[in-house]
Amino acid sequence: MDASLPHFALALPEISLAVGSLVLIVLGAVLGDRATSLINGLALALIALATALVIGAPVTTEPTFGGGFTADAFARFMKVLAYVSAFAALALSFDYMKRENFARYEYAILVVLSTLGMSLMVSASDLISLYLGLELQSLALYVIAAIHRDDIRSTEAGLKYFVLGALSSGMLLYGASLIYGTTGAVAFADIAETLKDGETSLGLVFGIVFLLAGFAFKISAVPFHMWTPDVYEGAPTPITAFFASATKVAGVAMFVRAVSEALPGVVTEWRQVVVFVAIASMALGSFAAIGQKNLKRLMAYSSIGHMGYVLVGLAAGTPEGVRGVAIYAAIYVAMTLGAFACILSMRVGDRYVESIDDLAGLSRTKPAMAFVLAMILFSLAGIPPLAGFFAKFYVFYAAVNAGLTTLAVIGFVLSVVGAFYYLRIVKIIYFDEPTVEFAPMTPAAKAVLTIAGGFTILYFVYPAPLTMAATAAAQSLF
Amino acid sequence: MTDWPILSLITFLPLVGVFFLLMIRGEDEASLGNIRHVALWTTVVTFVVSLVLWAKFDFDNPGFQFVEQAEWLGGSVTYKMGVDGISTPFIILTAFLMPFCILASWRSIMVRVREYMIAFLVLETLMIGVFCALDLVLFYLFFEGGLIPMFLIIGIWGGKRRVYASFKFFLYTLLGSLLMLVGILAMYGTAGTTDIQALLAYKFPAGMQTWLWLGFFASFAVKMPMWPVHTWLPDAHVEAPTAGSVILAGILLKMGGYGFLRFSLPMFPLASEYFAPFVFTLSIVAIIYTSLVALMQEDVKKLIAYSSVAHMGFVTMGIFAMNPQGVQGAVFQMVSHGIVSGALFLCVGVVYDRMHTREIAAFGGLVNRMPWYAAVFMVFTMANVGLPGTSGFVGEFLTLIGAFKANTWVAFFATTGVILSAGYALWLYRKVIFGEMTKPALEGIPDLNRREVAILAPLVILTVLFGVWPAPVLDMSAASVDGILNQTQAAIEAAGKTAEAVGR
Repeated sequence: MDASLPHFALALPEISLAVGSLVLIVLGAVLGDRATSLINGLALALIALATALVIGAPVTTEPTFGGGFTADAFARFMKVLAYVSAFAALALSFDYMKRENFARYEYAILVVLSTLGMSLMVSASDLISLYLGLELQSLALYVIAAIHRDDIRSTEAGLKYFVLGALSSGMLLYGASLIYGTTGAVAFADIAETLKDGETSLGLVFGIVFLLAGFAFKISAVPFHMWTPDVYEGAPTPITAFFASATKVAGVAMFVRAVSEALPGVVTEWRQVVVFVAIASMALGSFAAIGQKNLKRLMAYSSIGHMGYVLVGLAAGTPEGVRGVAIYAAIYVAMTLGAFACILSMRVGDRYVESIDDLAGLSRTKPAMAFVLAMILFSLAGIPPLAGFFAKFYVFYAAVNAGLTTLAVIGFVLSVVGAFYYLRIVKIIYFDEPTVEFAPMTPAAKAVLTIAGGFTILYFVYPAPLTMAATAAAQSLF
Repeated sequence: MTDWPILSLITFLPLVGVFFLLMIRGEDEASLGNIRHVALWTTVVTFVVSLVLWAKFDFDNPGFQFVEQAEWLGGSVTYKMGVDGISTPFIILTAFLMPFCILASWRSIMVRVREYMIAFLVLETLMIGVFCALDLVLFYLFFEGGLIPMFLIIGIWGGKRRVYASFKFFLYTLLGSLLMLVGILAMYGTAGTTDIQALLAYKFPAGMQTWLWLGFFASFAVKMPMWPVHTWLPDAHVEAPTAGSVILAGILLKMGGYGFLRFSLPMFPLASEYFAPFVFTLSIVAIIYTSLVALMQEDVKKLIAYSSVAHMGFVTMGIFAMNPQGVQGAVFQMVSHGIVSGALFLCVGVVYDRMHTREIAAFGGLVNRMPWYAAVFMVFTMANVGLPGTSGFVGEFLTLIGAFKANTWVAFFATTGVILSAGYALWLYRKVIFGEMTKPALEGIPDLNRREVAILAPLVILTVLFGVWPAPVLDMSAASVDGILNQTQAAIEAAGKTAEAVGR
């Protein structure tokens, strides 16, 4: 590690987010809640700026900031995803907050701060910066989950998320310290160098398991998923959308980078854990979702299942696997945002509803929205020619190629179980008679649904760009 | 015209119709009429273009023709289309049946007409795509994409137990297909390509062939459907609207047989030989057992559905006999069954539209009021039985010869199925058409109207024509069938020699 000046240009998106959020805080402190709309707009612009910067910024696999920060193609890919989902979730929330009477200026700033945290997680290339990014993201999220403080479910969700999140951070930190203790290094590259012979010790194995447990917690993979349904259901819907999309992307990116950059020498040690977590997540996500009546809760189980599929790609431990993970993450974000745009449009008069049965006969009352939602649901089930099929195609291709055929077969069988509950919603939308009629969609929801739905439905027409970007992203890790 | 991408044109023409349908707004009678006409003309034009394909088709070429290729997924997965003598008959059959489906839905579908027509046109694109695709991933895309429109067709416009039937159809087929997808992924990983032409030339190791064969078998056996995974079919048939049943019986079932011919036989020849007795057993069980089950049915559609399973048993038997008669007979049987069973479902639709019941017991003595209907129904019943002079005979006869050459006992048991099929089909005909007209509800039932005559007449002509002159289909498939069989036999013999050499 040299003491020369870090390469600031590589961190330009993060720097702009950090400075921008501080300016917004000052603005908010001076003007108060009057400035909410202004700050909301500025926060959106800030995230858009960061997205533009990250696309335009140079990429290099060489870490900077003393080895703690890497702006490579993988980081760029995942950051764009995280920013786009933060942007969409933020845009979806303004109308909701006004109607539910909790429009506060802090909200947008907290979203920006947690986005900054995600950005750092994605780029972190040592254990310390990883933890710092994770905590910045999590602390902002704890507050956001409870931001509707007059609502008992929201505060409960915030508290649950905080207690369990803090526990998982502790586990992660414990694992990190054990790894540091056995290898004597915190930078991923140095850890990999120490472990390249594949020799392991008891302390290292414990460290890896604790680290993986912490990661699993953050992406809500089984057996560390218990908080997800409650938090998803309790948190205000646009915030759930944010949890389901952006934080998942950041968590997956952090997981992938840590194991592929720091632990490639001991693949056998972590692969069995990842395989187990993947199977358990796919199984629980498929079976537990069947009985759900609340759409947000169902989406929670659905996201648990999808994280299982993502981990199938990671379990392969190959560039193809990481490519699959990257493509899966992109398509998952599109499907999730589209689904939440629909959930946010389930408004009867002034009241938001979130029960699955409220969707009955949507194809009669709102044919366009019903069609797009049905296609998103088919896509979540992985039916071609929709995007969700290609997501599964790439991760399972990597798994089969890495010799994990049994895992692939189990995954496919479980995805049939999963298809059942998505079909159940399609059935309610298309086969049942309407009971209520929803109010018109807001422009933001319309825009998000159009883009996300269009991407999901038409991805197959021209899939090459995403594949190429994901391939480049995956190669930068190996 | 030679460079014109005719396959893509046939495949995606129906989507142009979908585009026009989306333009039409309104629920009044005039716009409903427009919707129906747009759908009808789209399918008719598609059929005409498919005839151009027939005219330009080179009968002596055993390989793929009209091949198109374009970049698609990046890497080696490309958009590649092409046809040979096995797929072309099915493309023409699909394009041929679609206008009848639209016409059959003319008056029987009165709600959500636009969505209905869109679903059918999308389904047509996907079905034709299945037969055109020369890339495994592309094939899978079309193969499984068809589930979505069919699910909606059964579920929205179906009968009383439509939800159950649509779910069963969807999940059964999905499970089978996903096991095939594992096989596809493994082939992609091993051979490094998903190009079907390249994979046909690639020799998979014998041990791997077994697993790949089983994966593909899971999908095609469900689609076919073979006993014991056929149970989704009677439910789906009974609940689907008439046109949905026609498409199910006419085209979707053929995808299984087509898959066996396109993939299982030439790509996994050793496994195919190894599993042939297994397939024979299942086929015979299907032929005998489902024929017996058909004898006990009370619902007309269910009876025809079970008879479809039995007839598909002949197809699988013929394919795995692995000789020219068997395979050609299987292709012919599929085409013939597509026409005959489709026509039978249309016939059921005719009386269902009038009486809104499909119970066999609700009918009787129809010949007194509907002489034309009785005559038409008789032609198709006879074709279903396999009477010489109808198209049903040619296919059954050829597959039986093929089976006889492969294994006498198989042919023996399969022939009993022919007798049983005469049993249930004639029994059905007697119950519905003959006898005293005792039911007061049937008193005023009108005979075929002009639209129904227009639908059924071409099918009658084709059934009889193919019965006495089967050459169009047989000539078209002959070269490709020989090509596939030569390749399969060569691989099996080569493996036999190696085994001998090792044994020595």
